[in-house]
Amino acid sequence: MKVYENTGNKDTRSGFGAGLTELGNKNENVVALCADLTGSLKMNEFANQHPDRFYQVGIAEANMMGIAAGLTIGGKIPFTGTFANFSTGRVYDQIRQSIAYSDKNVKICASHSGLTLGEDGATHQILEDIGLMKMLPGMTVINTCDYNQTKAATIAIADHHGPVYLRFGRPKVANFTPENGSFEIGKAVHLQDGKDVTIVATGHLVWEALEAAKELNEKGISAEVINIHTIKPLDEKAILDSVKKTGCIVTAEEHNYLGGLGESIARTLAQHHPTPQEFVATQDTFGESGTPAQLLEKYGLNAANIAAKAEQVIKRK
Amino acid sequence: MADIQQLKDIVTQVRRDIVRQVHAVNSGHPGGSLGCAEFIVTLYNEIMDHNPDFSMDGVNEDLFFLSNGHISPVYYSVLARAGYFPVEELNTFRKLNTRLQGHPTTHEGLPGIRIASGSLGQGMSVAIGAALAKKLNNDDKTVFSLHGDGELQEGQIWEAAMYASANHVDNLIATIDVNGQQIDGSTDAVLSLGDLKNKFEAFGWEVLTIEKGNDIEAVVNGVREAISLSRKRKPICILLHTEMGNGVDFMMGSHKWHGVAPNDEQLESALAQNPETLGDY
Repeated sequence: MKVYENTGNKDTRSGFGAGLTELGNKNENVVALCADLTGSLKMNEFANQHPDRFYQVGIAEANMMGIAAGLTIGGKIPFTGTFANFSTGRVYDQIRQSIAYSDKNVKICASHSGLTLGEDGATHQILEDIGLMKMLPGMTVINTCDYNQTKAATIAIADHHGPVYLRFGRPKVANFTPENGSFEIGKAVHLQDGKDVTIVATGHLVWEALEAAKELNEKGISAEVINIHTIKPLDEKAILDSVKKTGCIVTAEEHNYLGGLGESIARTLAQHHPTPQEFVATQDTFGESGTPAQLLEKYGLNAANIAAKAEQVIKRK
Repeated sequence: MADIQQLKDIVTQVRRDIVRQVHAVNSGHPGGSLGCAEFIVTLYNEIMDHNPDFSMDGVNEDLFFLSNGHISPVYYSVLARAGYFPVEELNTFRKLNTRLQGHPTTHEGLPGIRIASGSLGQGMSVAIGAALAKKLNNDDKTVFSLHGDGELQEGQIWEAAMYASANHVDNLIATIDVNGQQIDGSTDAVLSLGDLKNKFEAFGWEVLTIEKGNDIEAVVNGVREAISLSRKRKPICILLHTEMGNGVDFMMGSHKWHGVAPNDEQLESALAQNPETLGDY
């Protein structure tokens, strides 16, 4: 098995902040907007270095999305920043009409996604955002796994013309992908070869998938691990190639099992290569208050549950 | 520069285009379209520095954003008559595979349109963004937007209004079509807008009123005055008083024609009141 080293836990939102700062220095068309969460989104450095290209819009997310759409007219590349809940559900119609349908080059950058926002509870924990965004025609949907990948993705999406939803989070999670690594939108990252089961994960559950593969290996089960950072467009070939070899699949994400990565993969499999699948995801529920670690444990979003689902799905082959 | 009679001739032809578009598909919004004909004709034929050889970014051009997208018939007619696309294409309004969708969109690539609109309340934010981009680009041209008065019931308008004054977006002239009507009845009956001048002034805007929004000279003078008031650290709001259905007697003074098409006989009457000036499509 390949060995991946955690170089130290870091929050993915800081990867976004670092990427945005770097982008600001190399692309003068990049502008940033924030709805009163500059510190939470780690946008301070960009704001300090480029005050003329940073727009504090206050607690007015709908207006922020409209202003971002308008800024593209004139050649700007706006990056909006707020929590995932306020980046999607709160402003769905603004994104739909003024950004997606209008094909505006806006990068919607969403922190504090999922349960791991923690103690604030369900009002702020969105588990539906991937579904909302992937249903919009023309929207690219990205959910990065660690600090390094979030930084790389932030830089990469500036060069992609069209609306992008970039999802990351608050907690410090394992940082294991290469520093300054390349990021190709829509391209799966093959992390571990295996023959008994495919594990496809997105976000910080990719690290949990690698941990699960280790546990499974100790039991003599060989798991293939794929990191899907781009949920739309989905790298269907990478998934189909893998399940043709392993014959079963587990999908893992910090999102509702309705509308998430797992559902996109189920659709792909149903169309091209029906395959037993198990879902590690929340089960059509709202979140609740708790520490991120407690919530991941309670809702089964961890290596232990991924490994358990892998053993279950192998029996269904 | 066009003279007043030339502008009036364009308006008359635009009215014909509006009722003919809506009649042909028995669908669309003639009332508000007719009410705003003088204003939009004035912008595109007298005020704005714009290029019908369309570029999306519109750098070094004045820009116009129609926020109340349902009055697309007047917008399409003015754009076509200004040379953005062939006037014959007005024949395709709201028909399958058209670039002239029910509400304006960039999605089908119609020259002149820079954002989709129709879901109300979003256009002022977009216009602010475009005005901010002009400032970043050191582009000294003006951004114009048009909003329905009923549209001001949307909360996003007031988020945008607050932002524009707090951030001195003074290259923006937002016009409100004050016709006092919306789908369900008068704005007073549905949800009173109160004193709009006081509201916008309280939000930090420079406000001017054009009482005769269907009088070309009054519109030209009013918009010129608005431009002279711009670039003084305040966004500008024009309260444009218009009559819904203006120029077609049986459509005037009622909300009934907000979204209703004339029948054959009514079309004939409307066209008789507005003789051909530039040639029908």
